[in-house]
This record gives sequence, C-alpha cells and structure tokens, in this order.
Amino acid sequence: MPATDTILDIQALTVRFHTRQGLVSAVDGLDLALRRGRVLGLVGESGCGKTVMSHALLRIEAPGRIEGGRISFFGRDGAEVMLDALDPGGSTIRRIRWKEIAMVFQEPMTSFGPQHTIGAQIGEAMALHGIASGRALQPAVVASLQSVGMPRAEETARQYPHQLSGGMRQRAMIAMALSCHPTILIADEPTTALDVSTESQILELLRERQAALGMSILYISHNLGVVAQIAHEVAVMYLGRIVERAPVGALFASPKHPYTRALLRSIPRVDRDCALEALSGNIPEPFARPAGCSFHPRCPDRLVGICDQVAPALRRMDDGSEVCCHLYGECAHG
Amino acid sequence: MAEPTPLLEVTNLSKSFALRGGFFDAPKGVVQAVDKVSLSIARGQTFGLVGESGCGKTTTARMIVRVVEPDGGEIAFWDDELGRLDLCRLSGRQMRPLRRKIQMIFQDPYASLDPRMTVLRIVGEPLRATGCTDQRATRQRVAEVLEMVGLRHEHMSRYPHAFSGGQRQRIGVARALATEPRLVVADEAVSALDVSVQAQILNLLRELQARLDLTYLFIAHDLGVVRYICDVVGVMYLGRLVEVADKASLFRSPRHPYTEALLAAAPRPEPGQPIVQLPAPGTVPASGCPFLPRCRYQKETCAREAPEPRQVAPGHTVSCHFDLSLRGV
Repeated sequence: MPATDTILDIQALTVRFHTRQGLVSAVDGLDLALRRGRVLGLVGESGCGKTVMSHALLRIEAPGRIEGGRISFFGRDGAEVMLDALDPGGSTIRRIRWKEIAMVFQEPMTSFGPQHTIGAQIGEAMALHGIASGRALQPAVVASLQSVGMPRAEETARQYPHQLSGGMRQRAMIAMALSCHPTILIADEPTTALDVSTESQILELLRERQAALGMSILYISHNLGVVAQIAHEVAVMYLGRIVERAPVGALFASPKHPYTRALLRSIPRVDRDCALEALSGNIPEPFARPAGCSFHPRCPDRLVGICDQVAPALRRMDDGSEVCCHLYGECAHG
Repeated sequence: MAEPTPLLEVTNLSKSFALRGGFFDAPKGVVQAVDKVSLSIARGQTFGLVGESGCGKTTTARMIVRVVEPDGGEIAFWDDELGRLDLCRLSGRQMRPLRRKIQMIFQDPYASLDPRMTVLRIVGEPLRATGCTDQRATRQRVAEVLEMVGLRHEHMSRYPHAFSGGQRQRIGVARALATEPRLVVADEAVSALDVSVQAQILNLLRELQARLDLTYLFIAHDLGVVRYICDVVGVMYLGRLVEVADKASLFRSPRHPYTEALLAAAPRPEPGQPIVQLPAPGTVPASGCPFLPRCRYQKETCAREAPEPRQVAPGHTVSCHFDLSLRGV
C-alpha cells in the first residue's frame, strides 16, 4: 500500500520494444514513487530509458509496449487509476493528459506545431479540457503566458513559434503545460538545449511555479548539477532500472551506488580544480543485458561470483535512501 | 621567464554579417559578429573561448580555420618549416598545405559524420583532401589514429550508426588528428555528450595533447569543462573579448563584471545552492560599453565611452573602465 501522499506509484514497470534485431527492454522492472507537491529528479545517461519511462506514464510509449508492472495514479479526488491498463487511445487517458499529467519536452521547437500561433495552440488545449472557452479563452491564454513571466504576453500569443527565442519558446511550452493546472508535470530535459543564462531562468520559473501551484514535478535530466538545484528527491537510473533513490541532500553528501559515485566524479567543477575520473567502458548493447547486476562490467567495486550472477534488490538504508547494490546487502557482510 | 612561443596570434579580427529579410530579402542592417578580437595561443597550450550563444565564439573559430573570410585583422600562424605566416593573406592554393596543420572537432557527433561513409573514409578524408593519394599509407595512418583515440583497427570498415555517441566523438577526434595537425580547434566538442562520456573525451584530449604536443582552441559554454581543460581563458560578449586571463586568475578573481556573473550563474552539483541568474540582456546601447544594461556596477563613464582592453596584470586583460578587484565587492 503506498503512502497517502503518493501521487504516482510505479511498480516493476517493464516497457519493451520488439525490433528486427531483437527484444529491447528499455524499462526493466522499474520501481518509483512520486510524492504530492514534490520534485523528483530522474538522472541517467542517454539510452537508460528515462524518456521511454516518462512516455509510458502518458501512454505514448508506442511502438514500445508495457509488458509488466503497474502504474497507479492518484488524481485530485484520491481515486486510483491504473494507467498501465488504460487504452492509449481511449477517453480516460485523454482526460488525464494535460489536465492531470502534462509534459514539457527538451526541444521546444519541435513540440509546438509551426503553423499555428502560440496563443492558438495554448487556447486549443485549454478549450479541449474545458478550462476556458468563447470570450474568456483569449484572456485566459494571455494570463497563462503572463504567469510564466512572458514579456508582452498579448503580442506573444499572436506570434508563431519560430518568432520566439529558444528560452521564450520553452517559457511558452511551460505556459501551455501548466494552462490546464496539472497535478503532475513531467519535464524531460527542459533546459538541455538552452544557454546557461536561460537555463537558470527556466529553472527558477519551474521552482517558483511548483511552489505556487503545489504540483509534483518529475524532472528528467542527465545533468546532476541542474537536478541538485531543483529536486527534493533524486532517482538514478541505469539500463532501465532505478539503482539509487535518495533525498537530494543524502544523494550528494553520501552517494552509495558505484554508478552514482562515478557520475558525481565525472562532473567538471566550476568552483574548484579537480581530477575527472571517467567511468570505463560504454553502456552495453540493449540486446545483451549483462547477467546479475547490469552495472557489474563497468563497476570498479564488483564482487566476483555475486555481482555477475545475482541481480541485487532495492534496499532501504538508514539515511532514507534506497540502493540497489550487493555492496549494501547481506552478501557483502557475509 | 621568457614569453612562451606563440603558435597562433590573432590581431583585431573582425567579421560582420548583413541582416536580410522582408521584401526581396532587402538588407536590414549589419551584425558585428566578431569585433576586433585579439588573442594569442602558446604552443602546447589550451585556450578556452567562453560566452553565451551568439557571442561570436564559433565565427572566431571559423575564421581561424579559414572557412569564414574575415573583414579585417590578422591571423598569424607559426609554421615549423615556413615560420610566421599571415593566414588571411594566403591564397587558397597557398593555404592548402597549411590546412593539414589546423584541424577542427565539431559539436554534434551525430551530424558531423557522414552516415554513408565508412570510418576509413571519414578519418581518411582530410588526408585525401590535402593531397595524400596513397591508399596503403592512408589505411595505415587511419589505423594509427584510431588506436590513439581508443578505437580498434577493425572499426575501419564500419559505418557511423554502429557507434555510440562517445565512440563517434572519438572518430571525430581521430579525423582531426589524421593529418598530424599542430592546432586543433574544438567547437563545443563535448557539449552534446553525457557526463561520463564527456569525462572520457576530456581525458583523451588531455592525454593526446601531452603525447602529440598539440595546441587547442577550445570553445565551450560550460565553465566547469573550461576550468578542467584550459590553460588560458577568453570571455566573449557580443563579439568582443572582454577578459583574457590564465585559468587560475580568471576563476579565482574575475575582473570583468560579465565574467563574474557567468561564474556565479554556473550550476554547481550541490543541493541547497540558490539559482543565480544572469541579468537579462536588455537593449544594447548605441554607444558606450555593450555590457552596460546588464552590469551591476555601471557608472556614468560607461554610457559615454566603450572600454578598450587594458592589461591589469601580466597576461590578464580586461575591457572595463573599472577594476572589479578594487571595488571592494
């Protein structure tokens, strides 16, 4: 039974792609919970399955297929909806998209259609979900643009996506995502394509909106520096699974999983001189997942005979973190 | 101590682009992309060029590799055999042998490799373009540089799609090294990579520099990356170099308000840090200091005169009327 403040509970989720070369488990038995009014940072490298996982939440995972596990969503009324069991083209999920769970994508140029104005696109979403209609629609669109700090909101509403700069387009995207007052915002690398100066503005905007509206955010990024600034909790993903989950302070103060530790050691620091220790090797081929712990071929601390044979389970530690590693299990002490 | 010998010395390099649009693409104005940039890179060193997008970093790099024609200025290159040469005055034919000596690594490891070419052709291309027609020599050199960047001989016959992002960037590095260059211009060479892969490539670039006595012009917007790999750093703002200093002084005591703001805004991988914002750009004034609308220290003089670069310490130049270190802030 999930805790009462859980808004999204993912258990043993598996999403597979059937390709000509073979079966790819992009998400492979993933457990994760998002709490009401909190920001969860999901960190992992390209190809670890973080985007596929977030698409599964909105049921836009095709051509992938959910082949195991459950996704429970607890809406405003507290009733449980099993997202994994819904028809991806059905009316229930369509009501949930945008109104309950909205998403901001990495590339703001491709997430807006180029042939309609910003205002028309935000207006369409608002009208569709019954937020505003008729004469009230235009002012509501302008108000949503104003709420994300868009300068000259009325003028912007009449502009086309290509007329805005990258940062402003991302602001407009956030305005659209928040226009239907979602309870969960999925932000998939929303600042990766932006400059440092614009990035800090968007982060500040998300933080301010989150505090004002009390929504939950699933913030997906490969950048631990950004996640440190915005998340309350952090989950680290490797090859389709969560390998560590911890409150943000604990994760940075005492990272436990060897993969998390390696990621932190490979960030070049602006505030001090340090050596960069690169993790050896590459992410394995998706068709050939290593046996045992899938990180063991790259792990500097692997225990031969255990890590290459037995898959570790997620264990709870004293400081509130959870780690999926034999170094923290009974085997290590035995 | 004697001044280290420069490999490249750029003086007053400028480039403007015409803005066109509207009816029949009529000229609408001029953008000064690079405005009298002067810099010097010593042999075996890494010079980092940082700044926000649109500040002219890439245009500067492209002029140095001579794919964009400068409007004015001088690019002096010290060649081992020919001595000091002004690259801007060389004809296309005279430039050809020098292209071997200056090579480039690009940002996007997906877009910068032709998907229809094998690794052998991709890495061998600069050799062919600079006049090497011997197939066996090309093959041998390609095998050599692939090994240098941590790839294997048998990767030669494969196509780019078979490689991960990090491996593709290694192919890009191998291509740049094929002609035994003296200067390698890396334009955001690690920006598109994941942190762990980025660390691998940064360490590879450092190792290759030591082994082959390479000189790098390293363009990046990530100040952490710049701090890790560069010896000297130049900060660009609206086409001008506003501060140049060795890494230690720049990161310890930045003298230009823009450098200071950039450093403060760089994200640190530590929770509980406030999100520091760079001031909004505002309208660039017609006269005076271009940074004025974003500057927290602005004074009367700043609106009247544009500051010229001046030396505040050995090897440390700043284009600001005031010295940040003396402001007591």
